[in-house]
Amino acid sequence: MARLDLKAKLAILADAAKYDASCASSGTTRRSSADGRGLGSTEGMGICHAYAPDGRCISLLKILLTNVCMFDCAYCINRRSSSVRRARFTVEEVVRLTIGFYRRNYIEGLFLSSGIIRSPDYTMEELVRVARTLRTEHRFRGYIHLKTIPDAAPELVAEAGLWADRLSINIELPTAAALKALAPEKDAARIEGTIGGLHARIAEAREARRRSRHAPRFAPAGQSTQMIIGADSADDHTILRTADALYRRHAMRRVYYSAFSPIPDPAPGLPALSPPLLREHRLYQADWMLRFYGFALDEVASAMKSGHLPLEMDPKRAWALANRALFPVDVNRAGREMLLRVPGLGPKAVARILAARRHRTLRWADLARLVSSPRAVRPWVTAADWRPGALLESDRLRALVTPARQGELFASPVPA
Amino acid sequence: MHRVVLAYASDMEGFRRAARGLVAAGVPPAAVIWEVAGSGGLPLADEAGPAGDAAGLRVPRRFVELAEKVICHRDPARFALLHEALCALRGNRALLDDRADPLVHRLETMAKSVGRDIHKMRAFLRFRATDDEDGPHYVAWFEPEHHIVRTNCGFFIRRFASQRWTILTPQESAHWDGRALSILPGAARADAPSEDPVEAIWKTYFASIFNPARLKLKAMQAEMPKKYWANLPEAELIPDLVREAPARVAAMLAGGRATTLARLREEALGCTLCPLHGPATQTVFGEGPADAPLMIVGEQPGDQEDLQGRPFVGPAGQLLDSCLCDAGIDRAQVYVTNAVKHFRFELRGRRRIHQSPSPAEIETCRWWLDQERAIVAPRLVLMLGGSAGRALLGRAVAVTRERGRPLSLPDGTPALLTVHPSYLLRIENPAAAEAERARFVADLRAAQALVGAGRA
Repeated sequence: MARLDLKAKLAILADAAKYDASCASSGTTRRSSADGRGLGSTEGMGICHAYAPDGRCISLLKILLTNVCMFDCAYCINRRSSSVRRARFTVEEVVRLTIGFYRRNYIEGLFLSSGIIRSPDYTMEELVRVARTLRTEHRFRGYIHLKTIPDAAPELVAEAGLWADRLSINIELPTAAALKALAPEKDAARIEGTIGGLHARIAEAREARRRSRHAPRFAPAGQSTQMIIGADSADDHTILRTADALYRRHAMRRVYYSAFSPIPDPAPGLPALSPPLLREHRLYQADWMLRFYGFALDEVASAMKSGHLPLEMDPKRAWALANRALFPVDVNRAGREMLLRVPGLGPKAVARILAARRHRTLRWADLARLVSSPRAVRPWVTAADWRPGALLESDRLRALVTPARQGELFASPVPA
Repeated sequence: MHRVVLAYASDMEGFRRAARGLVAAGVPPAAVIWEVAGSGGLPLADEAGPAGDAAGLRVPRRFVELAEKVICHRDPARFALLHEALCALRGNRALLDDRADPLVHRLETMAKSVGRDIHKMRAFLRFRATDDEDGPHYVAWFEPEHHIVRTNCGFFIRRFASQRWTILTPQESAHWDGRALSILPGAARADAPSEDPVEAIWKTYFASIFNPARLKLKAMQAEMPKKYWANLPEAELIPDLVREAPARVAAMLAGGRATTLARLREEALGCTLCPLHGPATQTVFGEGPADAPLMIVGEQPGDQEDLQGRPFVGPAGQLLDSCLCDAGIDRAQVYVTNAVKHFRFELRGRRRIHQSPSPAEIETCRWWLDQERAIVAPRLVLMLGGSAGRALLGRAVAVTRERGRPLSLPDGTPALLTVHPSYLLRIENPAAAEAERARFVADLRAAQALVGAGRA
């Protein structure tokens, strides 16, 4: 094989990494290098330094160390049987790229993953070496996200958590059966075991920090995972049930839903279709309902039809339509919980309403200043001088709240 | 009329000092003219601020945070609005909690716009590295919307204190020498370095991390509006990436397609696209010559087909064979397949009872049928029953109404629709069954005639 230069390797190993949806760099500890002895900072909220034409945020240098892989997962471009071109970075090359990009303000840090070469331990060791070199030799204080290799030794995972802000291991598919069919070398129980182990370490380190601020940190930005949508036949209810369990059991920071996307040299038997982007978007919206709007899984499911979220409108609206009897909600009286269930009201708008109504009885014009989209809220609420009246009863409501053009909803990005 | 001249556009300290005096003296906001030094007002000598000191003027912390943002806004009314808010706060200290108040709403909106500008500067500013006798020097050119350079320097110091950097903007510039910050006058784009070799590597990354199958231009532009593109080296790639995306996706979709029936069959044997693969014994793929002029498409394999792995070998298949024979068609010259490749059934005791496939299952399985058609490229497709009609015509069909009419598939291939032979098996009245069989044979003859006509 001809030797590849850095640019050619980057093209291969970034291309190989792009099916991982996460690029988040938020929620870690605050770090600064104002002391002049290191490089980089983290300040709570991550920064998207660019956006690709796929609408995705580019916050991190997201690459694989190598796309050579022992595994043969049908959905993966890097599977053993794929004819994709292979490349491998040295540890030093990754470090150089990260520092070079960071100094020019292109990125917040590094998201490093890898195909599995030789053994899980060997691969994990290489990933840890990159993070260790950045943190110790270059005193790099930017963000680092490392992928945890399934079945890597616990002491390697422990060291990874020492250097990395976030660790992640992908659950890949919504059900164990689908994983078995499409990723024969992976095992759902062992993946969930690793996730559980990470959760225990993260919680333990946090507890230790509470007692002593000298205790070492472990992945302070927590862990995340990813599920591929549309490669198997699982319905939205199954997907969200799996996600809900991950949030509850393992205090997962984020579950990413990644619409199965055609890849070059696809494996037989997988749908060679355009990725179901709208479905992915609806799943993220439902995920938001579970995490930030206080909905239970069963309530979200009540808006589904034969296991699937409606595609033509967002799931919160669909839920409201199915539960019309609970509306209209009085913005001057309703509690936080009920206000959060009003289509068009998010946590921020609700906080503003609660604060403002201590000063005044809200009229429609007041409300319009507190929410970002007054039109969306109109049919669902009452204010001092506003009553939706027949609007809420009318059969036209569904048409009113269903966007005329799907394209617009489709384009709205999911907050990172 | 009072006139206040501030040292620079976002001079919070100067505003604080002046506003304190004005509020203490009870000067109404409308009686004050605010100016920024060096922006073309009257000479400084005219300055006459009230000397009063509002020792008792204490403002909520939230006001300070808000004012620090609002004062960076490019709107010249910002000072008067903040002054007005200060006056209003004396009457109502909790004023800022009420975002339904028009003044608070306006200030919050301004602060939000400034906050976004600050964030976008942190995101989209790009340094270019140069070298001089003191080592590397990182220089950026940026065009902010508001007066945010000074307030944003803290971020760049916290992040890049160990490197020398300069940020040039049209209004003012900032230079960090590794120890101290200096604010310099505005600059021009030409003052910044015109290139950096690392940008080519960054562009490679930008192009490679983009997934052409997920094109979402609006989402990109909502977060990275075009006004920033001029100063983003990677943005020049966007038009080409967008233009080439559909072709790249088409190539990916076509890339894995089998070109021979043998390879396609092998792929289909491992199909798990829909749940039917679970209970079924095996995939039942089509069979016949790859260059067959006539393709016959049924619904799905039945009990016998599922066990033997071949299409049309059960009772309906045997009936089809005898009818083909009557019509003078050699089955060995026909490509015979089904709309759905797995047997769908319901267990009743130990019997597996046929169930019609759902539209979703038909749609999913079209993945295989379409490829079979692409390889065989028949002159005519004969559809047996409603499921086959739905699979090939892409819509619900009424067999009784459309039977025997010349149809064409969406790609233009001529097609005929008739009943499924299993329908003939279900007719109990022998005379009626015989009559229906004759009609079916006539349909087969008609198909054969059309194939022959196509040849001529």
